[in-house]
Amino acid sequence: MATTTTTVPSAGPIAGSRSFISRLRDGDEIARLVTFIFAGTVVLITLLLVYELWRESYLPRHKFGFGFFVTSVWDPIFDKFGALPFIYGTVVTAGLALLIAVPLGIGAAIFLAELAPARVSDTLQFFIDLLAAVPSVIYGLLGVFVVIPLMRQYVQPGLKNSLGFLPFFQGPAYGVGFLTAGIVLAIMVIPYIISVSREVLISVPRDQREAALALGSTRWESTWKVVLPFARTGIMGSIFLALARALGETMAVTMVIGNTPTISASLFSPGYSIAAVIANEFTEATGDLYLQSLIELGLVLFLLTFLLNGLARLLIVVTSQRGSGMGQA
Amino acid sequence: MSTRLRWRKFVSHFMLTMTGLCALVAVAVLFFILGYLVYHGGTSVSWNFFTKLPAPVGEVGGGMANAIVGSAKLLLLACLLGVPIGFFGAIYLAEFSGGTIAFVVRYAADLLNGVPSIVIGIFAYSLVVLPFKHFSTLAGGFALGLMMIPITLRSTEEFLRAVPRALREGAMALGASQWKTIASVVIPAAYRGILTAILLAFARVAGETAPLLFTALGNRFWSPGWTQPTASLPVMIFTYAIAPYDDWHRQAWAAGLVLLSLILIINIVARVILSRGVAVPRT
Repeated sequence: MATTTTTVPSAGPIAGSRSFISRLRDGDEIARLVTFIFAGTVVLITLLLVYELWRESYLPRHKFGFGFFVTSVWDPIFDKFGALPFIYGTVVTAGLALLIAVPLGIGAAIFLAELAPARVSDTLQFFIDLLAAVPSVIYGLLGVFVVIPLMRQYVQPGLKNSLGFLPFFQGPAYGVGFLTAGIVLAIMVIPYIISVSREVLISVPRDQREAALALGSTRWESTWKVVLPFARTGIMGSIFLALARALGETMAVTMVIGNTPTISASLFSPGYSIAAVIANEFTEATGDLYLQSLIELGLVLFLLTFLLNGLARLLIVVTSQRGSGMGQA
Repeated sequence: MSTRLRWRKFVSHFMLTMTGLCALVAVAVLFFILGYLVYHGGTSVSWNFFTKLPAPVGEVGGGMANAIVGSAKLLLLACLLGVPIGFFGAIYLAEFSGGTIAFVVRYAADLLNGVPSIVIGIFAYSLVVLPFKHFSTLAGGFALGLMMIPITLRSTEEFLRAVPRALREGAMALGASQWKTIASVVIPAAYRGILTAILLAFARVAGETAPLLFTALGNRFWSPGWTQPTASLPVMIFTYAIAPYDDWHRQAWAAGLVLLSLILIINIVARVILSRGVAVPRT
């Protein structure tokens, strides 16, 4: 086969000097074509997904225009659809989730990367990975039977008695609502924050820590003032990743948010989120406008997570490139 | 020791203890979930659960045999769609592609991976359910398969890339063609990694509920065929958990326990395969 070394230009990156004819006879070109078709399918599917979402949301885009996002009437009977309560619910619950999950997650990541011996750190990371594998419907199940009763009986009355003067903690304690959804979401995204932040922290060069310690800083000061700033962008990346997860999360939120399209400053109030309304009303949507309004909500969700994921990946890549090429801690 | 230094040391110890507590809380959640499911679900898992159909509303008892079979059918379809595309696509990315096409494919896969599962459900609905005018097992399997593609693709590619270049060059120096090199040297060297990738992708979609809600829908009886709606474990957990009947709640716990055990066992097995005698250094 190597006998046909003619002047035909080479075809592939590895194949080097062998001619197209010999590569064809060896089956290389066929293998290349076949695998290319499979790889191309991935691109095709992704493009088709965007196209379908765009095409299937034609009616509401043309009927409501931008008003879709700023009106809060959701009335299938009179064909009036405004997404504001759902956008509000999605943003509030995801924001609450980050408020709880970020300090906890980064704290745990610091422990795993800076303090724990490698063996302990790896074991704990193994459990964290398992936690990330728990399906969302299981979180929802525990949310319904554990978190909601706890919230109704202890947490919400407690918050009302101590911080009830704030507008966030007023109104009747139903158990379901923004706060409950935020807490369940927080529990769900903590593993993502820990895993990514830990990787980023571990990739911070060892000299950075040693220099800080040599200058007389305590362990915490070296972590807080040197290691964390160095890993800042990567940690931001993990937070965006978690935010994207929280925005798109469906089952757990649907089961605990209360499914009422309201906009209320009180976190005790039942609400609704984009993903939850799609999950609940999609099969019952009568009429094209209703169904397509739900699909437009899906499009909004897609665009949001698309932007956040892109941003997150960029930040993580930037940090890991900065930290690479040097020794690991 | 000055007061200032003592204060700094106190702060250091205090904050580091707090980080330890954070880690403890995070891991404790896992054991809480497990313990709670075993406690509530363990008493409800019985032989009937695996062999009987759901009882009519109001009657106590019954099982979820149809949901278990339904889940198996959906996952089989998902594998049929997701594994070949992910596997062969990864071979193209790691072995054949130049720069631009690989970048586009990777970008598309990452994009697909980040799409919320409910949106995947909408896509499967408009692509499979609408043309057939019927909720079906096929549509559900299609949705789950879509979710498997990017996970399988990206991790398989990484494991293929981790195979040392010297192995490829050795095979080609012996006169093997490129696809023969890939089939008989590269893939065997990376097979543990690839198996892990597929198992993890499988475990990930096994618990997905949202994309099944309006594709496979649900069914109180045996699904009559691939083009008919079918029950599945995750959707059963959802409908049973939000229903007002105590007996259904009991069954939801049992289904949760079965589903979670399956997923955790697959995860653990995948990690054991990867860590034991890897032919290729881990990346």
